[in-house]
Amino acid sequence: MSYRLESVDKEGLGTSPGLKERNYFGLSDCSSVDSSTIPSADKKSSSLNFKATELRLGLPDSQSPQRETDFGLLSPRTPDEKLLFPLLPCKDHSASGNKRGYLAKSGSNNAPAAKAQVVGWPPIRSFRKNTMASSTSKNTNEVDGKPGLGALFVKVSMDGAPYLRKVDLGTYTCYQHLSSALEKMFSCFTLGQCGLHGAHGKERMSEVKLKDLLHGSEFVLTYEDKDGDWMLVGDVPWEIFTETCRKLKIMKGSDSIGLAPSAVEKSKNKD
Amino acid sequence: MDLRLPSKVLEHIFSFVDSNEDRNSVSLVCKSWFETERLTRKRVFVRNCYAVTPAAVARRFPGMRSLTLKGKPHFADYNLVPDGWGGYAWPWIEAMAEKSPSLEELRLKRMVVTDECLEKIAASFKDFKVLVLTSCEGFSTDGLAAIAVACRNLTELELRECIVEDLGGDWLSYFPETLTSLVSLDFSCLDSEVKLSDLERLVSRSPNLKSLKLNRAVSLDALGSLLRLAPQLVELGTGSFSDKLDQEAVSKLAQVFTELKELKSLSGLWDVLPEYIPLLYSVCPGLTSLNLSYATVQMPDLVELLSRCSNLQKLWVMDLIEDKGLEAVASSCKELRELRVFPSGADVDETNVAMTEQGLVSVSEACPNLESVLYFCAQFTNAALATIAKTRPNLKCFRLCVIEPFAPDHKTHQPLDEGFKAIVESCKDLQRLSVSGLLTDKAFEYIGTHGKKLRMLSIAFAGDSDLMLHHLLSGCESLNKLEIRDCPFGDTALLENAAKLETMRSLWMSSCGVSFGACKLMSEKMPKLNVEVIDEHTPETRPDSSAVEKIYIYRTLAGPRLDMPEFVWTIHKNPEIGVSHLAIE
Repeated sequence: MSYRLESVDKEGLGTSPGLKERNYFGLSDCSSVDSSTIPSADKKSSSLNFKATELRLGLPDSQSPQRETDFGLLSPRTPDEKLLFPLLPCKDHSASGNKRGYLAKSGSNNAPAAKAQVVGWPPIRSFRKNTMASSTSKNTNEVDGKPGLGALFVKVSMDGAPYLRKVDLGTYTCYQHLSSALEKMFSCFTLGQCGLHGAHGKERMSEVKLKDLLHGSEFVLTYEDKDGDWMLVGDVPWEIFTETCRKLKIMKGSDSIGLAPSAVEKSKNKD
Repeated sequence: MDLRLPSKVLEHIFSFVDSNEDRNSVSLVCKSWFETERLTRKRVFVRNCYAVTPAAVARRFPGMRSLTLKGKPHFADYNLVPDGWGGYAWPWIEAMAEKSPSLEELRLKRMVVTDECLEKIAASFKDFKVLVLTSCEGFSTDGLAAIAVACRNLTELELRECIVEDLGGDWLSYFPETLTSLVSLDFSCLDSEVKLSDLERLVSRSPNLKSLKLNRAVSLDALGSLLRLAPQLVELGTGSFSDKLDQEAVSKLAQVFTELKELKSLSGLWDVLPEYIPLLYSVCPGLTSLNLSYATVQMPDLVELLSRCSNLQKLWVMDLIEDKGLEAVASSCKELRELRVFPSGADVDETNVAMTEQGLVSVSEACPNLESVLYFCAQFTNAALATIAKTRPNLKCFRLCVIEPFAPDHKTHQPLDEGFKAIVESCKDLQRLSVSGLLTDKAFEYIGTHGKKLRMLSIAFAGDSDLMLHHLLSGCESLNKLEIRDCPFGDTALLENAAKLETMRSLWMSSCGVSFGACKLMSEKMPKLNVEVIDEHTPETRPDSSAVEKIYIYRTLAGPRLDMPEFVWTIHKNPEIGVSHLAIE
């Protein structure tokens, strides 16, 4: 019943030993892959990447001030390095870094220092996750009388970027916080833009913040509110923003020109 | 002598052949049977929307009245498939609008459905009756309004766990006063409040309404008035069950529930307060299906409730039920066929430790008809699996999710190989299996040896080497869908068993060790498969031996698909073009 493929390149396919040490650090450590080309890049970058891959779907740690220095690590990478910090929708960021987290866990019964989140595990549908999250917040509301901490997931899209990301607004405390997070998430795309202008990409990126990108060059951060209107981010107090924001979008400056006046007017009317 | 039966006779005979599997067999007998069958088939199931083109389906089944489609791979449910991957309903709706305008029913699962799609449905199918969208996304409540206003003979509108852009509750008011045919309405996944008066009027003029599933925004008070208007309901999904009502209102509500003589299925119960649970007691004896998986009810209240549900066949609940609660189920719900226990916490640290493997063992031992299990648990043992296997050889679907990856038997610290061996050996009709916990290649040897009826298999964080995949692909004769993540095999087993993939619907592998070279090879040698690599960068920038992150392989008659996003790569059949996003002209 088995089908032998004659032209299989045997060099690329190792034989597999009976038992193998379990090691899921991404892509090079699997049995039959010729790993000679990858390991050095892998080992070098994976330690860098661990911090970087703490950018997870909506659940960054509160140790966010470190982002300032981390940002330098995201500067131009070789294609190999970039691969190991997979830039698929935010949810995948955690995959390679957090496998490490899980291995650390399985060895002992100690709780890990940082809560490791593996994408898609346990296998619970997002619908259920989101519903339960807002259930918890409702219960918290009733018990504590404090504003709920439930998930406020909003999609973030960017003109020209192939994927949407999602963030949990509840995990940020102010616009600066959100802005830093977004700049990290989307730096891979803005890199392309900066590369066009800048000489030394690395230096530039450590200076340039999303705000600068936003004001200086081409992009504007906007959001869609409960009523379906698109507004500029930053006009309303943070609390109101988290309550009314439904979607975020990083728009090209030229597209947002029409927004500014009406957004200002609207917030005037709201007041 | 001409031994062929006249087609009229064949038609009559085929009218008794309902199941699609049988119809598929019938169509393989000979040309005339194929012809007659295809002309008489009313209900078409396409379980992978990319396996065949819409035009081909429309051509083959001109009498189609009902179409069921599935789009994204199952692991999309767990965020493993990036947004924009595909699964668009539009080409299907467009094709059917042109070629099968008599279509009456559309059931879509894991597909991207836009408002344009819904508007097209509303505009094109004059006798449209049934729209069921499960785990779909891409549309807004505006699209629902289009359906509501135009489909004069609508009987079913069900949105099951869809991601809908909720622009408000107005859509409901678009159902015209002349619409009186509604049998089933499910808008439980929407957020916005609908106007109660609109809903009441709709329910009042729908004498055939059997199933009503409200969203969370519908208050307890509103529920009472709706139930008064629809005491004939067979299925009810409540809204939020938590408003503070005064004593009089509560007793009125209790009264209303006693009027629901036909009620068989109950769900919703969001935020249910413990003091309201007794309101449900009157309907419990009649219930065959109870979904408490969104209700944060604690164990003692669950015991009270479930001990009254002697006819229950399907129970979905959270691990708040604990072992004690499952013991109550075991003693009271002897008719139980399906049990699903979901985690109440987000991850291992929050798992309810008062629910262990013992809960499932109790139910297995006591419920003779139990055939379908989904169980999330912090840990498990081989002994428990063996007991479950021994007492329930009639299991058809067994999905165990031990939440901690690589967790061994917590008593013996051995892998769970032997436990799953018991399951596959004993449960000869097992069709669906999800494994978890610490598993070596041995587990998969057992599954390959004994899982002969296994059609769908889900694996994560398991195995040691290519042997695991080899056992499965070479042993599981009925294997149809295989989805694997984070397992340490490479190319060898996959390439050796490549032909097997043409007998399966699909194979998903992510975070395993399959190389780009292997994908290229498979793509070249197996023309009936689409080999799709999901990767942000073109795999060509890396060596052939480097592993790719995600691969989705499925058999198809339609060739590479034309709607791939930038991050999905297929290896072009023409080696000069190499890797591409687009299909051949």
